[in-house]
Amino acid sequence: MNYTFIVKVENKPGVLNRVSSLFRRRNFNIESLAVGRTENPDVSRMTIVVDCPNGDVDAHKLEANLYKLVNVIDVQDVTRQPSVTRDLALIKVKVGPERRAEVNGLADIFRAHIVDVAPDSVIVEITGTEDKIEGMIELLRPIGIMEMVRTGQISMTRGALDGVRRMPGTVGSRYDDIMDLAEMMP
Amino acid sequence: MKLKGAEIVWECLVREGVEVVFGYPGGANMPIYDAMLNYPIHHVLVRHEQGGAHMADGYARASGKVGVSMATSGPGATNLVTGIATAMMDSVPVVFITGQVAAHLIGGDAFQEIDVTGITLPITKHNYLVTRADEIAETIREAFYVAKSGRPGPVLIDICKNAQVESCEFIYPAEVELSGYKPVMHSPRPLLDEAVKLIEKAKRPVILCGHGVIMSKAEEELMQFAVKTQTPVANTLLGLGAFPASHELNLGMMGMHGEVHTNLAIQNADLILAFGMRFDDRVTGTLKTYAPKAKKIHIEIDPAEVHKNVFADVPLVGDLKTVLRDMIPLLDEYDHDEWKQEISKWRSEADARSIMNWPEDGKLYVAHLIGDIWKASGGGAIVTTDVGQHQMWTAQYYQLEAPNRWITSGGAGTMGFGLPSAIGAWFAAKDQEIWAVAGDGGFQMTAAELTTAVQEGANVKVAIMNNNFLGMVRQWQEFFFEKRYSAVNMRTPDFVKLAEAHGVPARRVTSRDEVDDAIEWARKTPGPVVLEFKVEQEDAVYPMVPAGAALHEMLQRPVKQ
Repeated sequence: MNYTFIVKVENKPGVLNRVSSLFRRRNFNIESLAVGRTENPDVSRMTIVVDCPNGDVDAHKLEANLYKLVNVIDVQDVTRQPSVTRDLALIKVKVGPERRAEVNGLADIFRAHIVDVAPDSVIVEITGTEDKIEGMIELLRPIGIMEMVRTGQISMTRGALDGVRRMPGTVGSRYDDIMDLAEMMP
Repeated sequence: MKLKGAEIVWECLVREGVEVVFGYPGGANMPIYDAMLNYPIHHVLVRHEQGGAHMADGYARASGKVGVSMATSGPGATNLVTGIATAMMDSVPVVFITGQVAAHLIGGDAFQEIDVTGITLPITKHNYLVTRADEIAETIREAFYVAKSGRPGPVLIDICKNAQVESCEFIYPAEVELSGYKPVMHSPRPLLDEAVKLIEKAKRPVILCGHGVIMSKAEEELMQFAVKTQTPVANTLLGLGAFPASHELNLGMMGMHGEVHTNLAIQNADLILAFGMRFDDRVTGTLKTYAPKAKKIHIEIDPAEVHKNVFADVPLVGDLKTVLRDMIPLLDEYDHDEWKQEISKWRSEADARSIMNWPEDGKLYVAHLIGDIWKASGGGAIVTTDVGQHQMWTAQYYQLEAPNRWITSGGAGTMGFGLPSAIGAWFAAKDQEIWAVAGDGGFQMTAAELTTAVQEGANVKVAIMNNNFLGMVRQWQEFFFEKRYSAVNMRTPDFVKLAEAHGVPARRVTSRDEVDDAIEWARKTPGPVVLEFKVEQEDAVYPMVPAGAALHEMLQRPVKQ
């Protein structure tokens, strides 16, 4: 199952390498990783989607290992938290003037935009959840996708809610989660 | 005060209380070596950077302080890698300072430019690339703090040559402020209460004492805890010495080559109290059948070790000494007489098979020799080892009464560790007797450091257990590969001549009746001494839990006819 983590790190050179290298070292597969600046210039924020075959046991392991990195400030698991999740895709579709209206119609349905038009192609920009983008891709594929790029998922919890923090010693740590691991250990 | 970067390096080391640095100069750290001449820190010129890394490691383990090792860029730094990994696996605080090419050359494949922070990223607790002089003071301050706090470990600082020669205002930061790094000291009270409840219910408890006891300096608290609750104490390889071997509650070493009664105690326990240890595979055997009846309380500073291999019913993340201090007043007294009697019954059955109780047959067995060294040194020496059979025999038979005297590469299993780590330990404890026990294989990996020992007058006694085999691999080939010996038969140089060529007095011992005299001679001869023991070639370490077997499925030494 895919888990989504929000990881705040110090904005210093090499930190992305430390985080990605940790996933390799501990044998985890990253599905997507988006990183960027935040409201605080000293802090970068990552949204990391990771495959955790052993569920919460893996999530715990991952959080604990992330905290071993000196530059990691905060880790939250937002997988099951109400949150806003977005991914942005640019899709270049091979289409001439005769089928352009069809692509335009699809874009309207998905609230996507045509952001570039060339004689035999258009670029569609779509923002939304993973599912929505996948849905659009499915429909564009028969028309002909020449190129595609995606930013990777970014997430933010709704309202005043935070994600789950399993590590003792961090703000608002939840020991209940650790106790629940008993039944799940392999 | 305006200073050059290279001077700032030494200003900081002096303020961190560094007495000795083990290193090797080269192109990219020459400014640091030039500035060194003006500072009161002793520098040990090693013969290979790996030796320097192990010396700093041995110094750190014997002193409980942070060790420091230096190397130049490129191959100098890559030669440190084995030593860094060794310190990482055993959580030893060492600060490595390497030179790097000038910042404007980075990325251009300049002479002796190697991406050292990249290479050492997974084998350091943290590392830094310093490109400007004004970053040096803060970085060194941070590095020492990170190395020794929380779960200790090696930290590497790669300093560009331009940063060493440029000048800047020297300000030594009063405090370290790291937003993301705050080791937890105390465990929360509700969890302590849960742990106390499990201890109350327990009839067959065992304490597993790991390296964390020594790193946290919690030996006294461990003793109080064990005595108050009358709980027997089993040791991991690196936990040896944290609890006195002669104490009636001491069980000795657990795991693959642990004592039979210790492993049986763990397998039959109803409560495991894991103190500063990480349930390594060499300690647990197969996890499926590990301590099946026991609840587990795990006190550990590194949250990533909790639930990693063995699920903890009560995970207590925190500093061991602090957590034990919080917990001891909450505990009642117990006697656990029945349980202790059961364990002593297992112990007396196992003792009958011990090689120490064999009748004399004139041959040299390593186990006996370790016993002889133990007797001669009154059990109080610092003992370092390489890795393999001799390491296990030393762990089994050099009975330790105090911590910081047992220096061995546990997690990494690094051959060639014994001699250099002994030299490093000598700088921490110059009045103490120091023995480096090595095999013929491992000794040859770092034998060049004999010259370093001579140059420094390091008073270390080297005992080479020469069986002309890579003994542990041979043993595995005998047990698990139908005795098909592959690349284990080893021709060795004349170790006596080799030692003498380095200026080290040496003797070869081939028979039982020469042993005591040789050991006494080594002890009385000042400075480094080498003893080569021609030992029984195909002896095996018992007991042994084969890899992947359950902890109670031990192969035991055949009873002698």
